[in-house]
Amino acid sequence: MNKAQKLIETHVGWLIVLTITTISVAMLVEILPLMFSKSVTKPIEGVKPYTAVQLAGRDIYIREGCYNCHSQMIRPFRAETERYGHYSVAGESVYDHPFLWGSKRTGPDLARVGGRYSDEWHRAHLIHPQDVVPESVMPSFPWLAAQKVDAEAMPAKMAALRKVGVPYTDADIAGATKAVEGKTEMDALIAYLQGLGLALKNKR
Amino acid sequence: MTDFYSGFWGVFITVIVIVSLIWLGVLLKSQAVIKLKKGEKAEIIDHKWDGDLQEYNNPLPGWWLWLFILTIVFAVGYLALYPGLVLFGNAKGWTSVGQLKQEVAKADAKYGPIYDKYAKLPIAQVAQDKEAREMGQRLFYTYCIQCHGADARGAKGFPNLTDSDWLYGGTPEKILETIEKGRHGQMPAFGAAFGEEKVRDVANYVMQIAGKPHNELRASRGQATFQQVCVACHGADGKGNKDVGAPNLTDKVWLYGGSEATIIETVTNGRNNVMPAWKDFLGDSKVHLLAAYVYGLSSTPVTAAK
Repeated sequence: MNKAQKLIETHVGWLIVLTITTISVAMLVEILPLMFSKSVTKPIEGVKPYTAVQLAGRDIYIREGCYNCHSQMIRPFRAETERYGHYSVAGESVYDHPFLWGSKRTGPDLARVGGRYSDEWHRAHLIHPQDVVPESVMPSFPWLAAQKVDAEAMPAKMAALRKVGVPYTDADIAGATKAVEGKTEMDALIAYLQGLGLALKNKR
Repeated sequence: MTDFYSGFWGVFITVIVIVSLIWLGVLLKSQAVIKLKKGEKAEIIDHKWDGDLQEYNNPLPGWWLWLFILTIVFAVGYLALYPGLVLFGNAKGWTSVGQLKQEVAKADAKYGPIYDKYAKLPIAQVAQDKEAREMGQRLFYTYCIQCHGADARGAKGFPNLTDSDWLYGGTPEKILETIEKGRHGQMPAFGAAFGEEKVRDVANYVMQIAGKPHNELRASRGQATFQQVCVACHGADGKGNKDVGAPNLTDKVWLYGGSEATIIETVTNGRNNVMPAWKDFLGDSKVHLLAAYVYGLSSTPVTAAK
């Protein structure tokens, strides 16, 4: 048994260090440089930070686990651009922390669902999807219409997002509670959905 | 590559990848020094685990070793042709968007002529064509059934497209216009202006002109309000106005429902009904086919008999 082999196989510390080093090579090459790339870090034209109401809706989207069945990532394939619209680009997600690209589609992709249906459609659909799409396997979310958004929590959420680079102004944060006050979770979620993907809307 | 803020990152990636590949080769070679002759047994590693567990210091299996070498050769070939090593560019000029464009161009060349054939014909004539109707149905299934239903009979708040009742008109031109530009039907809320009693009166008048059972006294009071206010959109006879999408209230077709409770809800809160515009998204030829399909749903005997 040669020396190097002995060192690695009998000293668990070395094994750990070298394993981490090996894994880090991939991260250094595939992840780190992206943080210094223009198309990944700069918003494309028309992409704005979420409004307070939309942000509240986004948190409900996350809480209810919508991303488990709905992706928000239109891949550059014809089959997808025909159905959903223009393929997604990185610059659309710069204000998403965390991003909600998802990896599984039980339901359709929602990256460009904004404006695709009316608010009333979303309301009927979220309360009982089979009322509008009888073939749907989506569960109902009737409680969203009955619960009010936690308006008090909004300024803290927006302040936290500002720390990771979302350009909220002091006025945005100060007015967040008022903007969300009285809105139901349903209102907030619909506001979020209706704002998705508008920057490259109506293009294929 | 220009997408990085500084040229450093190109060098960074290239150096790490090339050094890694060389390092993997060296590592592999250093691990392939043990060779056993036929019948020879490998030495036993002089270390015991769990008291009595020991292992042979066998050479790497040949198939595994060669697979590893193959992956390195593949990596070199791949990185030479496709974008990866930033400094060396993109020999094949490959981009995911370029691939999409090729795919779309190929599909356009294949399907374009079929669409063109129908785009030149008037909608009423396209609606008679079996192939065109099948194409229209596929489009309908992809883009329209979410609101109008797979059978095109709609749902509460979403119009039935198979009957002869139209909010904005059922001529080919009007259907085309609806699909292309979308529609926004707005009924204002009268709850605050009327008050509860007056709303109920108006609702009963609406039920009267629709030929439903109603309260006579309330209906006669409601008539006055109707003729003052509602008349603006729904007309003096309550037959609606297709220019603004005001429904005919005298027939049996109800967009939201014709019960007293639902009519009261409609008058009190108003209604806001949006059909999105599809012209930019679908393009002219697909909208044309869709319009023909929708027109055919109610106008051609073949489909209407369904």
